[in-house]
This record gives sequence, structure tokens and C-alpha cells, in this order.
Amino acid sequence: MKEAVDIGRNPSAEPDLQDLMGSVARGDQQAFASLYDAVSGPVLGIVRRVLRDQAQSEEVAQEVLVEVWRTAARYRSDRGTVINWVLTLAHQRAVDRVRSVEASTAREHRAALLERTPEYDEVIEQVEARLEREQVRRCMRTLTELQRQSVTLAYYRGLTYREVAELLALPLGTVKTRLRDGLIRLRDCLGVTA
Amino acid sequence: MTTVDLHTLTGAYALHALSDEEREAFERHAADCAACAQEAAELSATAARLGLAVHEAPRPALKVEVMNRIGSVRQEAPRTDPATRTPRSGARTRRLSRWALAACLAAAAGLGGTAVWQHDRAQDAQEQARRAEQRTDELASVLAAPDARSRTAKLADGAIGTVVVSESRDEAVFIASGMQRPPGGKVYQLWFDDRGTMRSAGLMDPGRTTEAVLMDGPVDGATGMGVTVEPAGGSAEPTSDPVAVVEFPA
Repeated sequence: MKEAVDIGRNPSAEPDLQDLMGSVARGDQQAFASLYDAVSGPVLGIVRRVLRDQAQSEEVAQEVLVEVWRTAARYRSDRGTVINWVLTLAHQRAVDRVRSVEASTAREHRAALLERTPEYDEVIEQVEARLEREQVRRCMRTLTELQRQSVTLAYYRGLTYREVAELLALPLGTVKTRLRDGLIRLRDCLGVTA
Repeated sequence: MTTVDLHTLTGAYALHALSDEEREAFERHAADCAACAQEAAELSATAARLGLAVHEAPRPALKVEVMNRIGSVRQEAPRTDPATRTPRSGARTRRLSRWALAACLAAAAGLGGTAVWQHDRAQDAQEQARRAEQRTDELASVLAAPDARSRTAKLADGAIGTVVVSESRDEAVFIASGMQRPPGGKVYQLWFDDRGTMRSAGLMDPGRTTEAVLMDGPVDGATGMGVTVEPAGGSAEPTSDPVAVVEFPA
């Protein structure tokens, strides 16, 4: 059943972020300090979830935040919210780091992949335990087990869909579909619009 | 990959779960498929909500570091629409946009939606390639300058470093061969030696052990150059002993 859950984010927060972003784009460092306060927690959160390693996560989070400063003028409010823009960038950079490290150790990659198999339950546990956003947790529960595993492995662990397929011993097409169906269900449950 | 296959990649795309080749194929497809672009944008926004759910307070020092760093980072200009950047003739612009609109409508027929790309990676990649090309040209013109002078020095671990300076261009190129990879999370940073004061001249690519780098900034009377190992992103001043020091040729 589709169930639209009210978005818990303070509705007044986003216009403020957009104002801040405008000032940041014009080189206002004070505004960037406020933006930092608003986004650094989720940025580090998602980078850490993907990379695990504390030192590397801080390094990547720092790079992401500096990139936000550097490219602030490229942000366009008609293409989505500030937090969406920043977190998409943060996740992309975390995943880039995982892949660049793993590309250099391609041979160990498969072994490492299989070794960390049991962790997905643990990831789900951690995410669920630490969720400040009740509705994300609630909406995650509306997914089928396969959808939830696939989305979690791809997003919180930074795996490609091919790796997810290998890990769950499923055909590629199945994983592709699960990722899409799972996200669509989350989108509807969370009432996300772009 | 067929069009149907590409369309079902919206989820994997939003989760950054595609290889570079697949992502590029999807982006090319989505450029002409408004419905795919719309779905990808919505699913990206959904993925960001998963990110929002995992908050981790950074240590306070991180803010100090980031604030320090942005003080020396130049901000990029807004990306302007190429069609409006150089308005040559009104008629041409109008004709182009009408054609583009027709293509959009054809792709979106029956489904609706607008193409929305926040992170235009294809364009970023082009931009990067263009900049890299520009740097290569500049580098070549230093090496080929009539007054180019060079000096070669043995570095640690059998590596060889050569520095080429052109006084007329006021630029220098550092060529390293057989350098050890920097330790994880570290980079080699280049410095101009302004009579004992080190001035940053940019970073080397941590993934390469043999590389020619156009040093950032003018030589400006520097007497030599040095290389140190620094944390990723570089430092404002050297934080370790140099792994290489080369005097500029007189």
C-alpha cells in the first residue's frame, strides 16, 4: 500500500538553505559557515556509512564541503533542494573513493567483496538504530526483503548493481529491477518530489 | 544495451551503482528521454533522504579546517547556457530552441516531465578534459621555449627528477620518473623555493609515479623547487621534510 508520510524536515529550513546558498555563491564565508553547520552532519554520516574508515571519511567529507564552496554557483534551485544537491555529491564522492581504491586492488576486490557479505544485516541494524528520521525507517519496512537488501547494499555500502547481484547471487536484471522498484516505493512512501 | 534496459537503470543510476560506461550510456539516453530524466531526478532525491537519515556530528576541528581551506579556494563561475552565452543572431537561437523543444516533446510524448540534471558529469568531464588539454599545451610550450634550461637530480629511492625553467615564460615544469607512490591519503606537493620560503606550486597526481607537471604560478625569481609529502588536498606550507630538492639552472 502506498502511504504518504509527512516529511519530517522542518519546512522552513529549505528556503533558508537556499538563501544561504545564494550568499555562498557570492563568496560569503559567514554564510558558508552556517551552511556547514546545517549539512556537515549528514555529509559525514553518509560518507562514513560508505567508507567506514574514520580518517578517510573525514578527508572525503572535507573535500565534499570544499567542493560545495567551490561550485556553489553551479547549484540551481529549480533542479532540487540544497540538501539533496549536497548529499548526492557526498554519496558520489564516497563511492568514487571506494571504487578508486578498489580499482587499484582489483584482484583482492572479489575476495574482499565476499568477505564482507554478512555485513548487510549489520548495516541495516545500524541505520535503523540510528535513524533520526522515523519515516525513512518506516518506509524501508514497506520494501520487500530483496528490495531492501539491494537498496541498502548499493546506497549504504557503495556497491555497483553488478556487485550486489554477485553478492546476493541474483541475475543482473533482477537487481536492476529491485533497485528501481525499491526506490520508487520509497519515493512514494516518503512523498518525495523532484 | 537496449532502450528498455537503459530505462530500468534509473534506480541504479540514482544510487551511483553503475560503472562509468553504464552511467554515460544512461546519461546519453536520458538526455533524449524526459521521462527517464524525471524519474532519475526523483529517485536521486529519494536516495538523498536515505543519506539524511544517517547523521554523524563531525569533530569541531573539521569546521576550522574546512573554513581555512575555503579561504584559499577560488569559486567557479555559474554555468551559463551555451545557447545564450554567445548570442550570434536571434534567428539562429530561436531556430535551435524550437528544434530542441520539438525533440523534448517527442521524447516526452504521453509521459511528460522535464529533464533535470543537477550534477552534469558529462559536461564536467568535458570541462576537465579541456583544462587538461590546455595544461598540456602550456607544458609543451615551456619545454619548447628557446630559453628553456633544465637540471636533473637523483631523488630518493632511485627516482629521477628533472626541472625545466623558461625565463621568458616565467614558468617551470617538473618531470618525475620512477617515484614511489605516496602513502595512502597523501600526495606529493610541489614548491617554489623563494630563497628559503616555500611557495606552493600545486600537487602531483597521486596515481602516477612518472609524470610531467606544469608548476602552478610564476617562477618569479625562485631559486629552486622542492617536493614534499602532504595530506590529500595539499598544505599551505610544507609539513614534512622534502623528498626532493632541485636548484634551478642558473
